[in-house]
Amino acid sequence: MDALLAASMDRFLSGCSTPNVVREVERGQGAAALWAQVESSGYAELLVDESAGGAGLGLREAFALWLACGRHALPVPLAQTAWVRAVLPLAGLEAPRGPLTLAAQGSRDARGSWRCQNVPLGMVSEWVLVSDAQDAALLPMAAGERRPSGVHGSLQAHVQWPSQPEGALPLPGPIDLLHAGALMTATMMAGALQRVLEATLAYANDRAQFGKSIGKFQAVQQQLSVMAEQVFAARMAAEIGCAGEGITPHPLRAAVAKARASEAAEKVVAIAHAVHGAIGVTSEYDLQLLTRRLQEWRADFGSQGYWHAQLGQALVAAQAQTLPFMLDELLP
Amino acid sequence: MIDALTLSSIPESAQALRPAVRAFLDEALRGRPMDRLARSWMGFDAEFSRALAARGWVGMTLPQAYGGGGKDAFHRFVLAEELLCRGAPVSAHWIADRQSGPLILKYGTAAQRDFFLPRICKAEAFFCIGMSEPQSGSDLAGLRTRATRTADGWLLKGQKLWTTNAHRAHYMIALVRSSGAPEDRHQGLSQMIVDLSLPGITVRTIGDLTGDQHFNEVFFDDVLLPQDALIGEEGAGWAQVTAELAFERSGPERIYGSMLLFDAWLQHLRSRSDPTPAELALAGRILAQLVPLREMSAALTAKLAQGDSPVIEAALVKDLGTELEQAIPNLLADALAADPLAERPEDLLRTLSYVLQVCPTFSLRGGTREILRGVIARGLGLR
Repeated sequence: MDALLAASMDRFLSGCSTPNVVREVERGQGAAALWAQVESSGYAELLVDESAGGAGLGLREAFALWLACGRHALPVPLAQTAWVRAVLPLAGLEAPRGPLTLAAQGSRDARGSWRCQNVPLGMVSEWVLVSDAQDAALLPMAAGERRPSGVHGSLQAHVQWPSQPEGALPLPGPIDLLHAGALMTATMMAGALQRVLEATLAYANDRAQFGKSIGKFQAVQQQLSVMAEQVFAARMAAEIGCAGEGITPHPLRAAVAKARASEAAEKVVAIAHAVHGAIGVTSEYDLQLLTRRLQEWRADFGSQGYWHAQLGQALVAAQAQTLPFMLDELLP
Repeated sequence: MIDALTLSSIPESAQALRPAVRAFLDEALRGRPMDRLARSWMGFDAEFSRALAARGWVGMTLPQAYGGGGKDAFHRFVLAEELLCRGAPVSAHWIADRQSGPLILKYGTAAQRDFFLPRICKAEAFFCIGMSEPQSGSDLAGLRTRATRTADGWLLKGQKLWTTNAHRAHYMIALVRSSGAPEDRHQGLSQMIVDLSLPGITVRTIGDLTGDQHFNEVFFDDVLLPQDALIGEEGAGWAQVTAELAFERSGPERIYGSMLLFDAWLQHLRSRSDPTPAELALAGRILAQLVPLREMSAALTAKLAQGDSPVIEAALVKDLGTELEQAIPNLLADALAADPLAERPEDLLRTLSYVLQVCPTFSLRGGTREILRGVIARGLGLR
């Protein structure tokens, strides 16, 4: 069942999130048609409780969905919407229609107006879920002042809202966006990393120099082996993060997922571009659709440095040796 | 293309082993110096191995009919991680338990199984592996030690090198040429169980940089082996060794080699009231590497338990695991001297020095880093 679901999600996204579609959305040619396809697929309701008309699945199934979103560089917020739509009813709020995202960073000033930097897929989202330690709210993009991040091709946005934004939906208390965002980002990274590996292997087998394909050279083989190791480790870390019931991530598992995926991305992106040579950094070649995203994702919801500090604090505070700590506090 | 390793779950029955093993180790390891414990699967203590065997913890995966535990690979995985993380000196029985026993079970004749397996399970027969030779290290297929058929057995002539524990093991499983010439590469190789007490065998120990003596040169001067020294099929040695290496490379000893040091350093941090942000981040960095690796190693175990031989995946996990094992002492060496005026526990410093000095071997034993990456590249369809 799981494998069937994963395969059908992957098939769906490979059909609608093609490199051409991704480029069109990134050029600002609109995401409405793609979003309509995503909505009609029903995958955005995957995690919503059955009583609310959803499929009632948990993080284990979200793992497959998020992998596929990353793998196909999906330029609309399906990964985010699926989670936000499931979490809002738990806080007693009915999720509005339209693409929803969650803020990777945000703060309120003294007058209570929210400012968010680098909102993931902010340019193609209609709502942003924000939270600090006290409160959370779902803010309509239409009521805020949205600016593109200014990075070529990026769909991230900087957004600022007035102190009483029209149509804002307040939540009764704070929501832990950080761990959920870190986990979904890590899993999308794992999906993208796998695709980068496949593309780089294909290129290494294809491209010939000195009379043979460059993948026949030991120096290149050794780099590709390292790349595969990193991709495997990142995927396992993301799977650990998504293990368990429900839709609320285990904080330490999410920390491992994001730390490890970010670390892997650094190495994998470097090797992928090194093996591809100049073609890899051209706009017409598809590799950049993935590597640009991987660079953004490394920073979203905490870099490896942030998560290393969190993990280190938990381990040192625990008093237990590392193996019992992993078994009792961390592993599924 | 190799498939991703996916999360597997360790059965409750295997997990249930932990409390008893921990209680045993609390007792058995008491008072042993930290830098001795850091030797772990390179630490040789025959008495300790026999104490484990008395509890049924040697040969756990071998059938009960031979005195084994009759348990699956998960049980051995759980036992191994408990032993290794505490630095239990398991070297004496480790090779027999990990690979020689399973090899004999798979390829041995009824007589060979009846003879060797009960002795392995009682920690009475210790094994070493005769692969490397002076002229064939990474290029194992070029080996020259030769077994020639005689009227009533085999005549063994040649030399092995870097053979761990040859000076204190009872038997060696040697990969030798039984027909053809070195140019025939993977053809014509066979595995022989060599009784190391036979006449004509000379074992010369080689000291290492830490002062330990674990590896050896072994000379075979016209050693007469009985007919049944041959294990498995004549000429099938290469395939058998490849399957054996999946056992050797897939175990948790390839991720936990520096765990005793890491835990000792963490204890040092806890004893101070003021670990620095850099120290905490370093602890987390190591943990973030370790957690997925441990699950990758468990996933390999699941493959072994299903009867698969995950040769390529094992190479991948071993390479990644030894990278972490080697990173730990180097990162901790930096962290421990980050404040040149700080006083640090002497046993921790001795342990660090030992692991720092010996850690280059982590990516040599059982196939060098470069060889493993070649194996992975083959799995990726590049060769």
